[in-house]
Amino acid sequence: MNPPENSLDILDAGEISRALERMAGEIGALAGGTDNVVLIGIQRRGVELAERLGGLIQTTRGPVPLGALDITLYRDDLQAIGPAPVVGETRIPMDLTDRFVVIVDDVLYTGRTVRAAMDELRDFGRPGRIALCVLIDRGGRELPIQADIVGHFVEVGSRDRVDVLIQEVDGVDSVRVVRGSGR
Amino acid sequence: MTSAALGKDLLGLEELSRDQIELVLDTAEPFKEVSERAIKKVPTLRGKTIVNLFYEPSTRTRISFEFAEKRLSADTVNIASSGSSVEKGETLVDTARNLEAMRIDMVVMRHPSSGAAKFLAERIPSNVINGGDGWHEHPTQALLDLLTIRGALGKISGVNVCICGDILHSRVARSNIWGLLKLGAQVALCGPPSLMPSGIEDLGVKVFRRIEEAIEWADALNVLRLQLERMKAGFIPSLAEYNRIFGVTQGRLDRAKKDPLILHPGPINRGVEIDSRVADGPNSVILRQVTNGIAIRMAVLYLLAGGRPDSAELSKS
Repeated sequence: MNPPENSLDILDAGEISRALERMAGEIGALAGGTDNVVLIGIQRRGVELAERLGGLIQTTRGPVPLGALDITLYRDDLQAIGPAPVVGETRIPMDLTDRFVVIVDDVLYTGRTVRAAMDELRDFGRPGRIALCVLIDRGGRELPIQADIVGHFVEVGSRDRVDVLIQEVDGVDSVRVVRGSGR
Repeated sequence: MTSAALGKDLLGLEELSRDQIELVLDTAEPFKEVSERAIKKVPTLRGKTIVNLFYEPSTRTRISFEFAEKRLSADTVNIASSGSSVEKGETLVDTARNLEAMRIDMVVMRHPSSGAAKFLAERIPSNVINGGDGWHEHPTQALLDLLTIRGALGKISGVNVCICGDILHSRVARSNIWGLLKLGAQVALCGPPSLMPSGIEDLGVKVFRRIEEAIEWADALNVLRLQLERMKAGFIPSLAEYNRIFGVTQGRLDRAKKDPLILHPGPINRGVEIDSRVADGPNSVILRQVTNGIAIRMAVLYLLAGGRPDSAELSKS
């Protein structure tokens, strides 16, 4: 895939890999072990990132359950956007009551996706704690939401877009900023 | 994506493209999961008001729509023709205009007249979903049949599907023929000549006169309910004779050495168009059709209610 014009690669595959390794360690530290941890990736690329984090945790601490969450049906802007966006798969492996749930996503921006994810998770039980783990925090929050574990902070303008590309979906691991292409 | 959007109404499969039908089927897949949750409800249609306007008796379709609406958090009102102002002679348009004045968003309508859903859709701004109109179409039933065949056989294109029974009076048959042909299935029909529309082959379907031939040919049999009124009207001599000649029986399946998928839109007349051993047998997906019906109707409601088709791609948050 050729990068679009006005784009700047800010992380390469090695840097992403090192960030994920550090984040996997931080999940174990934050949860005080991983026995009770469930990793829930947000569709689309959060799911693959959760799988990678799960793989990294498994090598040091043993397997952790993985899930996938599509928040489309919980969006607060369905009437404003259109046509009806594609709904992805939701796969929650167990009742989440009393679990240490880690929401995994690629980019944290307005916080609205995370708001929707927390609303949806509530329909699968009452987690003991929900933590948020993102590869990129680009600022620009519109809700009082913050991440517990962050791969990298990126300072970009509101009209810029941050694209996380990952091998499983895009054929390459890369994080790039596309200037002036946002909403 | 925009080209595949459904538009304002769902009136029939005749006017849908292959892409639009596949969009509904693909959208229904994730909705299956919602009905498996402990809390079977998502907030997607919160604040939407949906009227289920049934001018003909219906249990399964109405309940299925109602479950779909409630699982999407819509507010629903059921109106049956008996006991409402419809009985006092109010016209369809007057009923609809009165509902509009109460600020509704969608109407699901079943009506004995073919074309009633289109008539209504052209006259009110709310989304209209055809829940069965006369002998014309029953699009959500055909969509759930397609979803069930695709789920069980892994594909629809190239699959041999035979629709058996009273084709003449069946909106289910008509919607299925359109949907199956558009998705590339081979379609055949089998039933008494008195219940087979003349010239139906022109649509590109085969006609079998003998159920044995149909069973040998088919990968899936969609067995329609024989409406008992048809006997009184003289289309068939007796129910026993119908079963003897056209019944889908275990004996016929055994002799054909075939085990086609068995679908039936319900309610079943056991021992008439289908025997209990077949209806309850290992290849029957009749109850899966019922489960899939809710997912299909959730998908249709979601797609029709969703957003303005003119606005831009959603932003990443």
